[in-house]
Amino acid sequence: MGDDPGLMTVLLAMFAGAIRVSTPFLFVSLGEMLTEKSGRINLGLEGTLVFGAMSGYAISYHTGSPWLGVLVAGLCGSLFGALHGYLCKLPKVNDIAIGIAMMLFGTGLAFFFGKPYIQPSAPRLPSISFGTWSDHPAVRQALEINPLFLLGIALAIFLWWALKNTRYGLIIRTTGDSAPAALALGIHVDRVRLLSTMAGGFFAGIGGSFLSLYYPGSWTEGLSSGQGLMAVALVIFARWNPIYCFWAALLFGAAGALGPALQSIGISRGYHFFNAAPYILTLLIMIASTSPRRSLKGAPGELSITK
Amino acid sequence: MSLARTRPGATRAIGVETVGMTKIFGGLTALDDVSIRVASGSFHALLGENGAGKSTLVKCMMGFYQPTRGEMLVNDVQVDVPNPRAATALGIGMVYQHFTLVPSLTAAENLVIARVDTPAVIDWGKERTALNAFLETTPFRVPLDVPVSGLSAGEKQKLEILKQLYLDQRFLILDEPTSVLTPDEADEMLGLLHGMTKAGDLTILMITHKFREVTAYADDVTVLRRGRVVGSGRVEDLSIAEMSRMMIGETDIRESAARTAQPEKKLKLELAGLFADDDEELPAIEAISLKIHAGEILGIAGVSGNGQSELIEVLSGQRLLKDGRIFIDTRPYEPERRQMDRFKVFGFSEEPLRNVAVPRMSVAENMAFRTFDKSPISPFRGWLSPVPMRKKARGLIDAYRVKTPSTEEPIENLSGGNVQRAILARELSGDVDVLIVANPCFGLDFASVAEIRAQIIDQRNKGAAILLVSEDLDEILELADTVAVMSEGRITYQSPMARTDRATIGHAMAGHH
Repeated sequence: MGDDPGLMTVLLAMFAGAIRVSTPFLFVSLGEMLTEKSGRINLGLEGTLVFGAMSGYAISYHTGSPWLGVLVAGLCGSLFGALHGYLCKLPKVNDIAIGIAMMLFGTGLAFFFGKPYIQPSAPRLPSISFGTWSDHPAVRQALEINPLFLLGIALAIFLWWALKNTRYGLIIRTTGDSAPAALALGIHVDRVRLLSTMAGGFFAGIGGSFLSLYYPGSWTEGLSSGQGLMAVALVIFARWNPIYCFWAALLFGAAGALGPALQSIGISRGYHFFNAAPYILTLLIMIASTSPRRSLKGAPGELSITK
Repeated sequence: MSLARTRPGATRAIGVETVGMTKIFGGLTALDDVSIRVASGSFHALLGENGAGKSTLVKCMMGFYQPTRGEMLVNDVQVDVPNPRAATALGIGMVYQHFTLVPSLTAAENLVIARVDTPAVIDWGKERTALNAFLETTPFRVPLDVPVSGLSAGEKQKLEILKQLYLDQRFLILDEPTSVLTPDEADEMLGLLHGMTKAGDLTILMITHKFREVTAYADDVTVLRRGRVVGSGRVEDLSIAEMSRMMIGETDIRESAARTAQPEKKLKLELAGLFADDDEELPAIEAISLKIHAGEILGIAGVSGNGQSELIEVLSGQRLLKDGRIFIDTRPYEPERRQMDRFKVFGFSEEPLRNVAVPRMSVAENMAFRTFDKSPISPFRGWLSPVPMRKKARGLIDAYRVKTPSTEEPIENLSGGNVQRAILARELSGDVDVLIVANPCFGLDFASVAEIRAQIIDQRNKGAAILLVSEDLDEILELADTVAVMSEGRITYQSPMARTDRATIGHAMAGHH
């Protein structure tokens, strides 16, 4: 190690933290990105995330299979997405208001069903060791990577490719950018949005299961701390591009890991301040990337915030 | 799409005919026994005022509406068109006035997604080759890899037409296709389409109100008024005067007030080096410097989207000025309410319900926007007195012949012409020193248009300095004393009206100067 083992430790911890903490951000933001690409905003993904965490944990506890928990969390997420998509189809319904209702509904439902699972311990997701080449324990620990993180990268790349190179990708972009044009092409706008919101909910549910089944790795009511909402800011920051979503998620993850990383080398002063780093980052990003004199670039034309 | 299907030369245009087409909405007969015959390979113009039933007719043909009575024939065979998809399957396509392209998709993506048989995974290499081969068979050239939002209006319009050709539509309905194009772009596009009809590749039914385009490109013409066919025939057999009489009917049209000579040339409004950004923070207007004298109408011509709306917004205080000054009577002027009042600056624009009126407030309230904070409507600071407000509104309604059930009617319930008259009454009833007008006659009927233009000339004769921005070149040619052309945010050409002509202005609008 170099002259400053403290700094190295912090950087390594932030790197490890970025990978760990970013996974739920990545999944939720990809889900939100997909939903927004189809022309709707789903603010309910925070509720979906929390419910995914609860349901994944519960299934893992009952069946002993954490992967089944991940799947069920995703399915629950798409049910929430379906409810959002269906409600927004009704006349004079605002997707943002429905999203806020869904957020409260999802968290409330998760707390209601989740009470019995706060105490027991469920089997957790395994990780893959990429650090066996190193004999430094900190490096080895940092390179314990969860398969869901890798799956998230693959998903980001796939979505990026699919939005350009597949019929469904073009249909989603068309629907999100101009509903009249989509209608003129005979596209069922509401159905495309319903399916996109369901897929987005699936991803968010998986993101939630990561929280309870890997890191922090247990079900508590204070588990999410707003990742689902920050993902909305993250999508705007990433300009609706899946690849940028990945980098933005890493950045948010690193910011989230800042507090614990500093604490690990004994700097505990300002711990709560550093823990607030992701929120401060969200604010700064929103301030930097928007302006009263400019409209958002790259935003799908049908979004109710840009209309 | 196989290339064989789009090869040129094959005579594949189709003819369409409507017989006794009638459409009744509730109590309103929008179409009354309309029979038109568009022969295959012909270029047919459909003329009529707003509300004459042109759109209703083509929407029935396209399957958006089901006619109450009447039938449609394609190549002399009776067909049913229950929905737009059925029309597409028959080879009937429509190019709308507003664009139906997806702005964030490239031209290539827009074309491929429009197909019925878009493959699940798109092999762009193969598609690109096929698209280029298809483009070779048409006279139109459009860049394929730029998002549509980055194309010019002319390119978008060409792409709309290309899309229909790509989908193998051989009967095209064009709804005022040149309204967003420069005269040169319009001539190029219509010329190319005319060539395709002559070659027998295409049949065209074009909705328009521009006689110039009818006489230059159409073979036949049908004129609609109040839902009925009031005239039709070969274009070469009809004069413009005859066609316009068919369109307007016996309505009284107010004669334009004679232009009185303005002896003294006193500088009134001066714009000195105005700069402003658009919503993307890109420069929208650059170095706009204009001088307008008392009793002068300065007309700014240009294709929409070249900075005109941003200029109007700057002058009416809706957009921040980045640099430059505005002077009235050589004194600095800031577009804010108190100064507008002091310098007597007024204005109105197209679509008043969107731009200069509050749709759900009453006619009286809308008419009081300039005066509600002054005596007698506001006897004390902050108090509003409805009786004088209504009284003033009644006076204006009579003077400007606004048709409204009462002063308390929400203004959105009035017809377009009456809304514009109400706004005119509000803006023009006092002393006007500076008048800023944008597309004042957009979408109005002939009688309202004549009335509004006469009012503008009246104000000029009374000595107001008038800035008129219009996308309708004919309006500029009729009203302006001096013409300026705006292109890409700059004034690229300026001349007294007496020393210029339509062609010169048209070239300047296209950026050739």
